[in-house]
Amino acid sequence: MEEVKQTTDIVSTEDILLQRIRQVAANYKGKDGSLIQVLHMVQGVYGYLPLEVQEIVSIELGIPLAEVSGVASFYSFFSTQPRGRHTIRICLGTACYVRGGVTIVDILEKNLGVGIGQTTKDGMFTFEVARCIGSCGLAPAISIDTVVYPHVKPDEIPGILQSWYKKDEEEGVF
Amino acid sequence: MGRSKGTKVFALAGDIVNSGIIEIPMGISMREIIYDIGGGMKDGKKFKSVQSGGPSGGCLTADHLDVSVDYESLAAAGAIIGSGGLIAMDENTCMVDTARYFMEFIQDESCGHCVPCRVGTKRMLELLQRMTNGEAEIDDIENLETLARTVSETAMCALGQTAPNPVLTTIKYFRDEYIAHVRDKKCPAHVCTALKEYSIDPEKCKGCGMCARGCPVGAISGEKAQPHVIDADKCIKCGSCKSVCRFDAVILT
Amino acid sequence: MINLTINGKKVSAPEGSTIMEAAKLAGIEIPHLCHCPGIHTNGSCRICVVEIEGMKKLMASCIVKAQEGMVVHTSTERVRLARKIVYDLLISNHPKDCMACARNQSCELQALGGTLGILETHIHGEASPRRVDISPSITRDTRKCILCRRCVTACHEVQGVGAIFAQNRGFNTVIAPALGKPLNSVDCAMCGQCTVVCPTGALTETDGMEKVWAALTDPTKRVAVQVAPAVRAALGEEFGMTPGETVTGKMATALHDLGFDDVFDTNFAADLTILEEGTELLQRLTAALTGGEAVLPMITSCSPGWIKHCEHAFPTEVDHLSSCKSPHTMMGAVIKSFYAEKIGIDPKDMFVVSVMPCTAKKYEIQRPEMQNDGNFNVDAVITTRELARMIRTMGIDFTNLEDGSFDAPLGFSTGAADIFGVTGGVMEAALRTVYELVTGREMPGSNLHLVPIMGLEKIKEAEIKFENVKPEYAFLEGVTAKIAVTSGLKNADVLLTQVRNGTSPYHFIEVMGCPGGCINGGGQPRIRNNVPNYKELRIEALYNEDEGKPIRKSHENPDLLALYRDFLGEPGSHLAHELLHTTYTPRGHFNEWLDPDFQRKQAMEEMLIAE
Repeated sequence: MEEVKQTTDIVSTEDILLQRIRQVAANYKGKDGSLIQVLHMVQGVYGYLPLEVQEIVSIELGIPLAEVSGVASFYSFFSTQPRGRHTIRICLGTACYVRGGVTIVDILEKNLGVGIGQTTKDGMFTFEVARCIGSCGLAPAISIDTVVYPHVKPDEIPGILQSWYKKDEEEGVF
Repeated sequence: MGRSKGTKVFALAGDIVNSGIIEIPMGISMREIIYDIGGGMKDGKKFKSVQSGGPSGGCLTADHLDVSVDYESLAAAGAIIGSGGLIAMDENTCMVDTARYFMEFIQDESCGHCVPCRVGTKRMLELLQRMTNGEAEIDDIENLETLARTVSETAMCALGQTAPNPVLTTIKYFRDEYIAHVRDKKCPAHVCTALKEYSIDPEKCKGCGMCARGCPVGAISGEKAQPHVIDADKCIKCGSCKSVCRFDAVILT
Repeated sequence: MINLTINGKKVSAPEGSTIMEAAKLAGIEIPHLCHCPGIHTNGSCRICVVEIEGMKKLMASCIVKAQEGMVVHTSTERVRLARKIVYDLLISNHPKDCMACARNQSCELQALGGTLGILETHIHGEASPRRVDISPSITRDTRKCILCRRCVTACHEVQGVGAIFAQNRGFNTVIAPALGKPLNSVDCAMCGQCTVVCPTGALTETDGMEKVWAALTDPTKRVAVQVAPAVRAALGEEFGMTPGETVTGKMATALHDLGFDDVFDTNFAADLTILEEGTELLQRLTAALTGGEAVLPMITSCSPGWIKHCEHAFPTEVDHLSSCKSPHTMMGAVIKSFYAEKIGIDPKDMFVVSVMPCTAKKYEIQRPEMQNDGNFNVDAVITTRELARMIRTMGIDFTNLEDGSFDAPLGFSTGAADIFGVTGGVMEAALRTVYELVTGREMPGSNLHLVPIMGLEKIKEAEIKFENVKPEYAFLEGVTAKIAVTSGLKNADVLLTQVRNGTSPYHFIEVMGCPGGCINGGGQPRIRNNVPNYKELRIEALYNEDEGKPIRKSHENPDLLALYRDFLGEPGSHLAHELLHTTYTPRGHFNEWLDPDFQRKQAMEEMLIAE
């Protein structure tokens, strides 16, 4: 833990995170082709890639900001918006689609109150589409973080979501 | 069998009894995969198509069940082995909707560098959407084919070059289904919502009113013990009426 | 040599040729669009596809290299149909109002439709999400973009700036600054190289013509125009004249015919700049060599694209920039003081127009420092391309005009002024004067040229030894001044990095923002596709102008000497400083230097690093 020195300004958690990002990025200065890797790591530290973070990557790697932003916006994995604590991915691969994946999308949208690509207002879930999670035998499937729910039925959805709220409460996340 | 030697791993999935990862010797037939290993179609439904190779692959028909599963034979039929995905589809699958679904995936994945894939697959998707919405014209099938061939011939990378495969194979083997969507504005598999029509058979209807009570938009009207009627303009094709009718009086066309 | 067959003809092409290059040798021009010689070839439009026997798919001829024994067909039914459909796809996502577009009749997409023989379009559908972004110098209309990415290459690879890039993916791809911000809020230098390479109306200079027409027809305004040296070396190209032909005389006549009240020459102000900047250089050298404080190397400041780039990329080094305004803004200041007074007109009623080979000048004139006594030095800038449009709109038959001349007292210029438009020209002009000032002798060299700093090399260096100097410059005796000349922002970065690191060996650096100098400015005619050696031709044209003049040194310009005698006093005088000198604004890559909290944040970050 850093010692908090007596200063006229208090160093915020934000500043500490940004400093970590600077250090991560600076390790890759001059290494061609490392932009995607750096963005991946930086998103891991900060949670998402807002303008301020992209500017740091741009300066530390010596890559124009427009290019950093271009690469970040190209890949669906990178987000410029804050993400929820947990990510729900509905598989819409061929097998899951054929087994009623679209119905599950509708149910999830109704229960979460947000559409695909968005985050719930309470910051709990980000809802995304996955093009295949590799569990075709378990179709239709959804995953929440690393947990896969096989052969998921529409009426199971509310219970599944509730269980995550309960888990977070128990772990004192709120 | 040519150059296809040894075994191959496939992911068998879809409307099939046994789905999972299978390893088969190259050269066995599709029939053996679907029925012997896969256990046949789920819920006793009829086999319609098997999609081989994902969005870059092609849809094969019951006529191809005796095709030897190897690189050359599948390619000759218009499909590919690709990543080894085999999706079995039953009679309740709409092939036009399936082609539209694959084109949506392609559009999501298109990097946007070359014109044929970036704009071409978008225009193909729009054509397919018009078809599944009942807004297409008879020329659109030929337009779709021509566009598909051009995209395949001119795209910069394999994504664009193979994107037209599902479209071209479904048009080739299921042309009647396309014609039904485009000319008759009907979906034979009853999948495309915009083309569904729910109506009540007056001979079977007992006028119990269950359907009217359950209709979320109040599209069904009728006197007690008299045959009820669905207002097509209000109907949102949710199918609730059909699922509650005990007399099989609701017809889906 | 590679031997192949194209359309039945046997062709021999040098090793490494593409099919397109080999076809050209056989007299076949394969239709193409995104391919841009000297910028890039990325094979993304798929128009140039050809059939190669033995290959299943159609291949892009701009990329695929010719191979021994290849049999190529460039125009089979299959190829022609494919090209038409690809073209149809392209324009299904493009506005159809050509008649109201700045590139009407000069658009490469339009021309391609003619080449391909398109008579109908069949494909329709949704348009990509797009926007219009108007900055002071450059207007972006992404609806018209065909995503050829020439602009990205020009900005990143050629200029080394990288203000724009492809954002998002697939059908939603758009060429834009980071996070889709407006161009005027990022570190775009406004150099306009992107507008020169853009094949359509997606990137153009922001319009200056409307303001000029309005002034010309406003009876309360006295409208003065001035023209940069590089314009006369290229304007004729807009009217089909041979590249490399200067059209000074016709240009002056055309400007009179357009209705300008005064037709002046920016060259006059170039001579003026030399006197001011030469004096400044000598002041800095004097201080440096006699124990005073001086910031060296001094760097030229006549290129506003370079200035803005310096403010963004090297905000700590702006003190190296000469305090001189650029020639045309000096001219504007002189017109609205000296000249307005002379003819008895209120400066508020003077409207000054600059015709420039440059887009960055449009940004420059609205900078707050470019004002004196509440009036902006210059009111409007039009590019060479825009002047040609105005001449056409007026119906002037340019190629058949008689030669005219510029007006006194701001129309006379020396040969040193003409070469301001080429890389190395400002330095040469400056040295012709400085050397003579210091030694009393003419600068040694071939015909007053300093050969090592001529030409299109990225960075050019030379040394000038001062010997047998005049008594008042005794401290310069035996001193070897090291100078460097560069053009193009990427090359400027190399020299400025040295400056920032404290390892720059030079005393004086000339930087021009555009590669090759103003003759290749962002506002010049677009002929690079047809005339590969256009830069060399335009450069030669300006050196010819210089060599053809009787007076070739700025300090011998009689009208300029009169201006000092009657008005300014002497170079570097108080009045000269007020009117002709300026200050700069450190910005940083993200304009962070403009934020008042910036210094405070910097201090905090240094503290964190120390922990």
